[in-house]
Amino acid sequence: MIDTLRLSAEEAYGLVERGEVSTPELHAAYLAAIAERDGELHAYLRTVDDPGGIPIAFKDLVSTRGVETTAGSRILAGYKPVFDATVATRCRDAGMSLLGKTNMDEFAMGSSTENSGFGPTLNPWDPERVPGGSSGGSAAAVAGGLAPWALGSDTGGSVKQPASLCGIVGLRPTYGTVSRYGIVAFASSLDQIGPMTKTVRDNALLYRAIAGRDPCDSTTVELPEPVQIPEAEDLKGLRVGVPKELNEAEGIEPGVKEAVDRTIELCRELGAEVGETSLPRSVEFGLACYYLVAPAEASSNLARYDGVRYGLRVDGADAREMYEKTRDAGFGDEPKRRIMLGAYALSAGYYDAYYGQAQKVRTVIAREHAATFENFDILVSPTSPTVAFKLGEKSENPLAMYLSDVLTIPSNMAGLPGLSIPCGLSDGLPVGFQLIGPQFSENVLFRAGHALERAIGFDVVPGRLQ
Amino acid sequence: MAITRDEVLHVARLARLELTAEEAERFTEQLSAILEAVAKVSELDLSDVEPTAHPLDLVNVWAEDEPRPSLPVDEALANAPDCQDGFFKVPPA
Repeated sequence: MIDTLRLSAEEAYGLVERGEVSTPELHAAYLAAIAERDGELHAYLRTVDDPGGIPIAFKDLVSTRGVETTAGSRILAGYKPVFDATVATRCRDAGMSLLGKTNMDEFAMGSSTENSGFGPTLNPWDPERVPGGSSGGSAAAVAGGLAPWALGSDTGGSVKQPASLCGIVGLRPTYGTVSRYGIVAFASSLDQIGPMTKTVRDNALLYRAIAGRDPCDSTTVELPEPVQIPEAEDLKGLRVGVPKELNEAEGIEPGVKEAVDRTIELCRELGAEVGETSLPRSVEFGLACYYLVAPAEASSNLARYDGVRYGLRVDGADAREMYEKTRDAGFGDEPKRRIMLGAYALSAGYYDAYYGQAQKVRTVIAREHAATFENFDILVSPTSPTVAFKLGEKSENPLAMYLSDVLTIPSNMAGLPGLSIPCGLSDGLPVGFQLIGPQFSENVLFRAGHALERAIGFDVVPGRLQ
Repeated sequence: MAITRDEVLHVARLARLELTAEEAERFTEQLSAILEAVAKVSELDLSDVEPTAHPLDLVNVWAEDEPRPSLPVDEALANAPDCQDGFFKVPPA
């Protein structure tokens, strides 16, 4: 009997290597769990029959040859890529095979998965609540025992925030360490593919499988050192900085603050040197900076959906009318808002004041983070100001939704890696602890995350499913 | 309002989006609120700061100019809404 709610990917590899379980048996166990619970949760957009490896779920913006890939958008309904994304190839090379494609906010724009063109995903901890987003389907699949692990993508917080809301581990890697070849693009100076797992060791295993330079993506680089699978049980010698603004931001719920403060205390007990630090302008200006840079890049990236080469077409009398009707019918509200916002920020007369200025703020944010790393190895804070919120609570107010990522965005603007681990419960819902490091410090984040995970002893199985 | 209805319609035309009257109304209100929030970046005097377009210092990433197999035409056209004689087909421009 395979307990999909508890089985880690590392354990799954062990079972298969020892000949105790076959990969088809593993797939069958997860497909049975999906049949049982995904009618309610809707973590998956589709499953596939490919039982030759350790099962993995991909967010539906990872191109999979011959398997429909929609990025959560009606405009791509029916689109079947004719090639595999590099990360899909690398997962196969590491002995994995695809279990299914997970739901997401349309084009990865959102923090709740309610912006999916195919209906929302629900949180396995409480189905009246969202799983976070935009990688909410991947997070809910892992938390709900519907996949041993999954890939998500993170632009402003889309791996870290849903990992936090679903009580799992999520890594946003250093910009440039994971190939985007074959990934549906949102904001190219920010997008990163990241592992979403039950344990920190699984996270390191999956990161090791996908990271490294890819000749098909010229923004990738070789890792400066191999990925280490963490074993340390203490934090001796680690200098942990607590940025005041990330820990005292308006809107952080008391229950979240409590769990995070306890974890910071635990860092001390595990031997870390803990000190306060400050990122005043990164936090105050990060969100505004992000909501200029990301939409500007999105307006350019989403220009390709024109009803010509793939995806939806709505007929019109001439080409222009066809483009306009296709894009109005195919895009949901959030992509439309961001395309227009981006086009506006880039348009003549506004470029310097909006986009140009935001790019300069980005420099300020990167410098401010670099300065704190002269005194600290990692920075810590809550991942999300709140636990999982109710469906519909923020969907009518775009700005309120944007605030979900206020704590994840600043380090993302600087291209830094961030790991979210579950650190406790508030009102029965998971709280995420964010660890941020300098570029290429994934090994440090894994080591610290692993030691904390062991000390915290968080039970990854949602209470209602136990 | 940080952005007028006419400006929203203008930007929508630039972005090839045909908005309904109801959408134009709603987006004007929402985009105004968002623009007011993001205008916060103008509070900083950054005349001496260089812009960041990309978080890594990558310059001139070269590759050997070696031919590799490319997609066969039928695969490249496999997802096209309309095609003819090996070409994507669009309405008259």
